[in-house]
Amino acid sequence: MIELDNVAYSYGGGELLSGLTLRLAPGSFHFLTGPSGAGKTTLLKLCYGALVPTAGHARLFGEDVRRMDRDAIALSRRRIGVVHQDCQFLDHLSVAENVALPLTVAGEGGGDLEQNLLELMTWVGLKSRADALPPELSGGERQRAALARAVIMSPEVILADEPTGNVDWEMSQRLLRLLVELNRMGKTILIATHDLGLIRSAKTQVQARVLRISNRKLQAAGADL
Amino acid sequence: MIRDSLGAFTGSDTGADRVVPPTGFTASLTLFAAGAMAFLAVFALALSLAAGRLATSWGEELARASTLRISAPAGQQAQQTDAALRLLQQTPGVASARALSEEEQQALLEPWFGPDLPLADLPVPQLIEIIEQGEGFDPAGLRLRLQAEVPGAVLDDHTRWRRPLVAAAGKLRLLGAVSILLIAGAVAAMVTLAANAALAANAQVIAVLRLVGATDGLIARAFVRRFTLRALGGAALGAAAGSGALLLLPSAEETAGFLTGLAFVGWHWVFPLLVPLLTAAVAFAATAIAARRVLGDLR
Repeated sequence: MIELDNVAYSYGGGELLSGLTLRLAPGSFHFLTGPSGAGKTTLLKLCYGALVPTAGHARLFGEDVRRMDRDAIALSRRRIGVVHQDCQFLDHLSVAENVALPLTVAGEGGGDLEQNLLELMTWVGLKSRADALPPELSGGERQRAALARAVIMSPEVILADEPTGNVDWEMSQRLLRLLVELNRMGKTILIATHDLGLIRSAKTQVQARVLRISNRKLQAAGADL
Repeated sequence: MIRDSLGAFTGSDTGADRVVPPTGFTASLTLFAAGAMAFLAVFALALSLAAGRLATSWGEELARASTLRISAPAGQQAQQTDAALRLLQQTPGVASARALSEEEQQALLEPWFGPDLPLADLPVPQLIEIIEQGEGFDPAGLRLRLQAEVPGAVLDDHTRWRRPLVAAAGKLRLLGAVSILLIAGAVAAMVTLAANAALAANAQVIAVLRLVGATDGLIARAFVRRFTLRALGGAALGAAAGSGALLLLPSAEETAGFLTGLAFVGWHWVFPLLVPLLTAAVAFAATAIAARRVLGDLR
């Protein structure tokens, strides 16, 4: 679905990532770890077309990112759900409208939209906060709202960048359970995190592969995790 | 993107509009500026059209008419007038020649000397109005013949004072047209500034929209539609106010000619109606270009 083939990326100066190959197979569950500044966020951005590799090829659903125009990138985002650590919303719209935003911009929304939205809000535990404005949400609620927004289009892949960075342990377990549930429904999951506790607890619930960025390369982390 | 943006006005998709937060203060500024510009544009148009009418009427009517002035000693006045009229009737290019009556001459002099002028007691010259036809007459030839037969006659074919007036009216019309162009340019600049400010202020909104899969067309549409409607609304108010002000100008056609001629005549009323549409078109293009430039920098 998402393939990085011998990809390098450099910000002006030196290379941040080089000779990096990654293949996200349908239904797989990956963790991406590594020290701060190692390039986890950059790697995720390469995976959803926000960055174009400086060398090598990134393919989204079989299409080379370099050959995709802006609209093609926009359309591919409807098949990739993204959750950021500092997730941003449209602050003038209610939480429910923000969660439904991908449907709004895709021009979708039929009769069962309301029902689906309600189910999704219930699933992430935000049903009672549906009419609140995003600035009124707590950190954990924001993360769950972002997750709901990321999955409302029923994407094939979900990329999460430090989804538990701003929340307490209990909330991070709750978010993890939601992601594991999504994986069981057949979604491909890639989570960037430096929270080893989260990875350990995930491994008891799901068959997860752990990748580590070190020295600009991607390595399979040992079984010690 | 332009096509997408155009689609925004035919479709009833209000969802795309709502994704951009409402901005009360800048919205009313845009509205006000568009209105003020439309108000000025209406006056510039009226000025331009009035100057055009004036140039045409002066050019045509005055070119078709000449005046013959006969200043003769009291006893010979009538005789010389008859001779001049006879001569004029035989001149090719003259459609008609008519001696002005005493009342008409009095009306001409009244603005200068007051109503109680004893015309008969004054050595007032007799005026003959000449209306031309076809190519008109040859003024030099006519003057020579008049010199021989009617020594007291002076021919005034109006060219001497007509030309600078027609030229002035033409310049005035040009000035009006230039003003309209400047106003359109100012509207474009103002809307571009406002749109750029709005796009910059909503950088986060745009980033979120891109993240959830919004195409450039949709994002641009939200901004373009908003600014175009604002410019349309403001310009409609401004043009209405400007037209109303023109209608309220006192109409004293006969006495003050040009100043009160500052109005739209007949089908020219279409022009003030076009002002809001053109303003909206300018705003549409300016916002679409600004949005495309800003969005092109994002990925």
